[in-house]
Amino acid sequence: MAFSFKRRSVVPGFGLSLGFTVLYLSLVVLIPLSAAFLKASSLSWHEFWQLVLSPRAVASYQLSFSGSLIAATINLSFGVLVAWVLVRYDFPGKGIFDSMVDLPFALPTAVAGISLATLYSPNGWLGRPLLAMGIHVAYTRLGVLVALTFIGLPFVVRTVQPVLQDLDREFEEAAASLGASRWQTFMRVLLPSILPAALTGFGLAFARAVGEYGSVIFIAGNMPMRTEITPLLIVIKLQEFDYAGATAIAMFMLACSFATLLGLNLLQVWNSRRERTGFSSPSAQGRGLQSLFAEEGGR
Amino acid sequence: MATSIPWNTREGPAAPIAAPASEPLGLRWTFIGISLAFLGLFLLLPLAVVFGSALEKGVGAYLDSFRDPDALAAIRLTLLAAAIAVPLNMVFGISAAWALGKFDFKGKSILIALIDLPFSVSPVVSGLIYVLMFGLQGLLGPWLIAHNIRIIFAVPGIILATIFVTFPFVARELLPTLQAQGNDEEEAAVSLGASGWQTFFHITLPNVKWALIYGVILCNARAMGEFGAVSVVSGHIRGLTNTMPLHIEAVYDDYQFVAAFSVASLLALLGLLTLAVKSLVEWSSRRSLAALESLEGKS
Repeated sequence: MAFSFKRRSVVPGFGLSLGFTVLYLSLVVLIPLSAAFLKASSLSWHEFWQLVLSPRAVASYQLSFSGSLIAATINLSFGVLVAWVLVRYDFPGKGIFDSMVDLPFALPTAVAGISLATLYSPNGWLGRPLLAMGIHVAYTRLGVLVALTFIGLPFVVRTVQPVLQDLDREFEEAAASLGASRWQTFMRVLLPSILPAALTGFGLAFARAVGEYGSVIFIAGNMPMRTEITPLLIVIKLQEFDYAGATAIAMFMLACSFATLLGLNLLQVWNSRRERTGFSSPSAQGRGLQSLFAEEGGR
Repeated sequence: MATSIPWNTREGPAAPIAAPASEPLGLRWTFIGISLAFLGLFLLLPLAVVFGSALEKGVGAYLDSFRDPDALAAIRLTLLAAAIAVPLNMVFGISAAWALGKFDFKGKSILIALIDLPFSVSPVVSGLIYVLMFGLQGLLGPWLIAHNIRIIFAVPGIILATIFVTFPFVARELLPTLQAQGNDEEEAAVSLGASGWQTFFHITLPNVKWALIYGVILCNARAMGEFGAVSVVSGHIRGLTNTMPLHIEAVYDDYQFVAAFSVASLLALLGLLTLAVKSLVEWSSRRSLAALESLEGKS
């Protein structure tokens, strides 16, 4: 057979399972999604860009995207540290902290939103001492940042942890025996191995933060042009029955999400290609060792 | 030979040699301290605020929050949405995991990307998609009005939005497990004369039961806690179209903090239950892996 859709298999149930899957996906995803595109395409290009680039929308992009970027960066640095501590060290209560890392996944966003807002409000447990130091968190952009950091926290930790767990200790020990300091070992041997996973986690945290709604709107203050995030702007437009405006901004956000997803997928492909050619596996660490060795011996 | 080595001249067990590939103890505890402080600040404190604020005015006020008819209606609606969305998505998840995990066919990656779609779009956009399809100015709007069917701003819309945001969970949990187990057992069963359903219920299902349970728990937690998507399609009509997260928002905006946090505490407990089940599933799979390895070691 020149073209075969499916490889031959004796396992039963292909038709039924694939058929039901496609039917379900069509009803739940494809048809509504196409309705959205149809609605969006009823706008002319000029109208579309006018809606997407209105000053209020642009202010919201600036807040959402820059806030998400900073939050994802915070999560990148602390996430790698937390993953390291959870994998390499032992301390009382480690199991509990390990499970708690997933809390932002498990906790509903509205619950997270009101508790963060209360925690950082002017008479909250943290808000009061911070206010005494002159730092306003609730109803400011800083509050938005705190909420975005909260919901992105698990991503980097959970992508880096498995990689750290699978790392071979031999290479660190070999580096140490060659005279590398711990810092050199970390920068040359360990970091290249965990960087792809860490960057994947960064991308995931960023994508989630850009679209986040429930956790942010309670602490944000939601003032147009100042503390209004893009998802909130979409909701407000819908409440005003400005379907065209809401759709335009949503499509723009979708396009950015897909671009991020594409970038992430390319990163994954690059990462697995590196693994196949042995980059993040022993020979990569070996190459890191070689560079140390070359520096040491001058050979 | 061993007796000539000088470092064992002390009485009692020899001092352990510090592992060369490890940080000094002081640095280690600094890392642990920073990580725990970070996790405590972003995870434990918000969680404590939920329960602390719920019980701020005593247990009496806590229980009174649940005597509010709007709160009870919200709980009922949330349970209804979960009761419909979770079984449907479980069936879909099993079907999709079977089709994707047991067979090789063209277009697999497109299917997987579609299944991952709800994770890459903002919940607000998920809700918007359904408004554009079924809303007043939507694609099917006029037809629905003519037939007196209300979807948006009514319960059916909420259930649809809940189905959309939760349908990937079961599939995503099942798929790696199914793929890892391969087709051997199913093929053996078929060769021995088992029908498709017999193979599924007696061979496949017992093997993946933990992944399935965890996927269903995750799906349920998200279904009950979804805020953004449901907020967009619901009419926020108290007592009618408010789910628990929406009710929390409504009473919080009314400054009834104890009422808000009391209902929130229920959802927070559900989140903690989800984390506990995850730990249980991981522990159980670690145990069976260890048992398998010890068996192989003995043979």
